[in-house]
Amino acid sequence: MNVLVILIPVSLILGGVGLAAFIWTVRSDQYDDEKGNAARILLDDDE
Amino acid sequence: MTAACPACAGGVMPQDPGVGPSLQFSLPDIHCAACIGKIERGLASITGVTAVRVNLSLKRLTVTGPADPARIEAALRNLGYEAYPLDLEALTSARDTVGRALLTRMAVAGFAMMNVMLLSVAVWSGAADATRDLFHLISAAIALPVIAYAGQPFFQTAWTALRVGRLNMDVPISLAILLAAGMSLFETLHSGAHAYFDAALSLTFFLLIGRYMDHRTRSAARSAAKELTALEVQTAQRIEDGTARTVAVSALAIGDLVTVPTGARVPVDGMLLSGNALMDRSFLTGESAAVSLAKNAQLQAGEINVAAPLTLRATAVGADTTLRRMAAMVETAENSRNSYTALADRAAQIYAPAVHLLALTAFIGWAAYDGDLRHALNVAIATLIITCPCALGLAVPAVSTAAISRLFSLGYLVKHATALERLAEVTHAVFDKTGTLSTPSVTPPADLSISERAVATALAQASHHPLSRALEAALGDSAAVPLAQITEIAGQGIVATWEGREVRLGRGAWLGADFDDLGLKIGDETPRRIAASETPRTGVRSALAALDLPAEILTGDAAAPAQRFAADLGIPVQADMRPEAKLAYLQQLSKKGARVLMVGDGLNDTAALAAAHASIAPASALDASRSASDIVILKDSFEDLPLLLRISRMACHLSRQNFAIAALYNGIAIPIALAGYATPLAAALAMSLSSITVLLNSQRVRFIK
Repeated sequence: MNVLVILIPVSLILGGVGLAAFIWTVRSDQYDDEKGNAARILLDDDE
Repeated sequence: MTAACPACAGGVMPQDPGVGPSLQFSLPDIHCAACIGKIERGLASITGVTAVRVNLSLKRLTVTGPADPARIEAALRNLGYEAYPLDLEALTSARDTVGRALLTRMAVAGFAMMNVMLLSVAVWSGAADATRDLFHLISAAIALPVIAYAGQPFFQTAWTALRVGRLNMDVPISLAILLAAGMSLFETLHSGAHAYFDAALSLTFFLLIGRYMDHRTRSAARSAAKELTALEVQTAQRIEDGTARTVAVSALAIGDLVTVPTGARVPVDGMLLSGNALMDRSFLTGESAAVSLAKNAQLQAGEINVAAPLTLRATAVGADTTLRRMAAMVETAENSRNSYTALADRAAQIYAPAVHLLALTAFIGWAAYDGDLRHALNVAIATLIITCPCALGLAVPAVSTAAISRLFSLGYLVKHATALERLAEVTHAVFDKTGTLSTPSVTPPADLSISERAVATALAQASHHPLSRALEAALGDSAAVPLAQITEIAGQGIVATWEGREVRLGRGAWLGADFDDLGLKIGDETPRRIAASETPRTGVRSALAALDLPAEILTGDAAAPAQRFAADLGIPVQADMRPEAKLAYLQQLSKKGARVLMVGDGLNDTAALAAAHASIAPASALDASRSASDIVILKDSFEDLPLLLRISRMACHLSRQNFAIAALYNGIAIPIALAGYATPLAAALAMSLSSITVLLNSQRVRFIK
């Protein structure tokens, strides 16, 4: 059971990294236009 | 994207992209990647445009750079898109901080829920004694701060409702979250077997999803409706010492002399000083024909001067103008709407006391039965958690979100939170005529020669009369000939000189012909008749045919044109209705138990729009009418009106169905909880299953035809 002392913090840290990444996407305006972002990959502008 | 600007290739860019004035437009028609590409490429070549960005979710376009708004609008029209300019000042203040905070809270709750759920799996699999207590303690350390942070939106609204002595859905939700967390903490500290941290967190998480979706769709619709640029005049031309100076309307005083240029709105009530004038009153009174006035006639704020510039002496300013008095009427009429109780709140008023009584009964029952207070409290709280406040909290927002986003893609902006519920209940439909159901239309004869078309276009372009504008549109892209000595004769028509000959466009009688329609006369030739009539807007006929409600027209227009138009559509009409009369008629209908849907655009409809059970205004309507109505149609067509009604009814039906599903789950879960057999595992299962069923059921509103 001693392995828990390592595994629980590891799982929490990994989850926390995911959360931090999500909060970063919120802060950098990536949810302002979901439909537009989905559509834009179909455009092939060489800009 | 930093847009490359082909037009700037040779020169030096005056500004960095993203700096400088920017313009926003609402584009109701865009729907795919091709539209984005077409618009962004199409506008980038306009002089002064430094960056173009289309937002497909909000159906909105941002153009940066010192470009001319009129040119951008024209370019968009050429590309085939309807565009409505947005008021940028209103937009900049409306950054979506609330939505962002909700999204962050949702993410934090989701993160905590997953971790606690993982720890709970170990407990459910049989962890015991010290291991179990350790897992419970770690869960508590994650759950408590997260609940304190992520649960705030619910706690706040619940507190606001409780303070004024009312119950809403957030009261039982907050209570369930807080009691579950508090009881679990107590159990954890006393090495108890059951802790409901995962239930408290999944409750928070699921409900935040509902809250966020709700906020998202509604704020998109609301902001677009609010920020369509106001049509009202903000400035006026006051004559001071013989010269006109631009001043704010609020600075005008009684007795001031004011000039109103051609095509502008009259800023204040007043008396006409210059000779004859021709006014378009359709927005104020619903009259389709322009009104011709003689010297000393009364002018009302809001009328449009369609002939030569005029001068007036102000007789009423500020709050005393007709326009403002009508706005005041709207405010009193609107109060009745605010007293409408939303379906979710009505459900909460039944649900909350029932569940709280049940939990209390369980507590007293078990305490009396075995005298173990801690066990009795456990059962009571398990009952509170397991009764699915989660599915109940999602029942309405999940449906309305799906319905509103479906309507948004059809071009309908739903502005008011309870609009769909009220719309589903309507039993009568009342329409305004001018500008709502009808548009002025002229049909030039097919055999007009090219030069006749060119003369007609030139004459029509010189006038602001509604018929001239309709003629200009009907003639399409005919080239205009140069004209000299253009004079507009109020109430008759327009006369000019072309290649030494007199050309006239106006009433048949004025041209010496025997028809009353519009006519064109070149030199001494026989006048050509141009049939003028009011035609129903696109889709009105099919919409009225498919409408399963009694419909009628209330119009401020004169009886003759109103009767003709109504007979054409085959619905009853009441003509010569003043704004007060419209309001009174609606109130009389609702006294008889009818729930009225009002569709209108003019200022004369504003009070009626606000007083009706539900109301719809076209995007071309006055600012005041748009803000008084629940739903704004961003399209030039009424075709989807029956579909709108069907969607709103389906939405209500599905909301009720969702409540039934939640009740069904409760019917199974409550006896188990009361018997004391509810475990945190059972609570987690009941909660997730009922929430997912409700969410999936709500999506059905997207597929109705």
